[in-house]
Amino acid sequence: MKPEQSHLPNKVNVAIIKYNAGNIYSVQCALKRLGIEPVVTDDKELLQKADKIIFPGQGEATQTMRYLKAQRLDELIVNLKQPVLGICIGMHLLCQFSEEGNVHCLGIFDAPVLKFHPEKQADKIPHMGWNTLTRLKSPLYNGISEGEFMYFVHSYYVPLNDYSIAQSEYIQPFCASMHKDNFYAAQFHPEKSGNAGERIVRNFIEL
Amino acid sequence: MLAKRIIPCLDVKDGKTVKGVNFINFRDAGDPVELGKQYSDQGADELVFLDITASHEGRKTFIDLVRRVAARINIPFTVGGGINELKDVDALLNAGADKVSVNSAAIRNPALIEEIADHFGSQVCVTAIDADWINNQWICYLNGGRIPTEKELFSWAKEAENRGAGEILFTSMKHDGAKIGYAIDALYTLSVSLGIPVIASGGAGKKEDFRDVFVQGKADAALAAGVFHFGDISIPELKEYLKKEEIIIR
Repeated sequence: MKPEQSHLPNKVNVAIIKYNAGNIYSVQCALKRLGIEPVVTDDKELLQKADKIIFPGQGEATQTMRYLKAQRLDELIVNLKQPVLGICIGMHLLCQFSEEGNVHCLGIFDAPVLKFHPEKQADKIPHMGWNTLTRLKSPLYNGISEGEFMYFVHSYYVPLNDYSIAQSEYIQPFCASMHKDNFYAAQFHPEKSGNAGERIVRNFIEL
Repeated sequence: MLAKRIIPCLDVKDGKTVKGVNFINFRDAGDPVELGKQYSDQGADELVFLDITASHEGRKTFIDLVRRVAARINIPFTVGGGINELKDVDALLNAGADKVSVNSAAIRNPALIEEIADHFGSQVCVTAIDADWINNQWICYLNGGRIPTEKELFSWAKEAENRGAGEILFTSMKHDGAKIGYAIDALYTLSVSLGIPVIASGGAGKKEDFRDVFVQGKADAALAAGVFHFGDISIPELKEYLKKEEIIIR
């Protein structure tokens, strides 16, 4: 997929939630490639007045939830009204409950986060690498073809559910992306998924 | 379906790509960022940057390079070389690397794997193993293949997995650079005995070698350097070929 000329509205105010998760810098870089200077912050006012919010990261559910609660970011996140995109652990934290440490999460999506259990030798954990997206249904996936590959790295997954706007398959079909009200979530890393991934980031900014 | 991965590996010294003089079809082949970008545009699934610089100044240059790669390239990349302790890993991840590869330091101090996995997650920790077939067994080597150890490949790989490695990157020293195909038998044994992905390295000379390492060797990913750098095989051509062979490729 070729990169497209960006026609992003000027001065979109994008905030990235700063918390104890890794890989936030990659999201920052992806936005900069689109010509956006995001603010990376845990400041409540700055987050509340942002046009778009990205909740990214790689990390462990129990530790990240504990941190969000300690910083009172949990209350803030569930009350956000602007579009929010949770990526990877960000998606897990928006769910009801995670088997990773058996922790209660933010509960935006009434769905659990379960551990992958290998069924045969070839089922390596983590699920790592490029896998396909199918059953796409959201403006988030404008311009993305059925079967497009995205980069995944995870050991826990969200089962298919009513909020699903994209699915993938590893060991069994699972939910690759969800949407409810102003909340969006992706299990894969759009910021690491080449030009197609960058298109998804741009779609989110244009929502 | 999960795709098999094709991973070009770039050796970097003092911020420049080594072997640059013979690279064909690339302008700026000496700049690892531009070369990495070219590979990414051609369809590489991941990149590996190995720092072969020894000096302290060189390390700083490498961190700066990692930052530039992260800013420019939108696919995952692993960095390795000279990682001895947690603070080295922290610096590289902060600069935007997705994964780090540890080799000699992990053999000398296996607890390093646990430390990395505990602090940053298993997915960050690639354990690289250089081994050679000596007296009917695969012996692991230190320092880029210069010093033999007591460790045997399969037991060390299993130990690394148990300690929290997220992937094993196995290089057969005998095959490396020889263009005789990958060490299929050893890779098969690794792939079926481990519960984590295996990256094959060393021996790629032609397109069929990649097919064989995926189909027979059961590797999850194949790494190569020379065949890509010197233009013997182009990534788009290789991927077309593998798709025709009914291997799942992005």
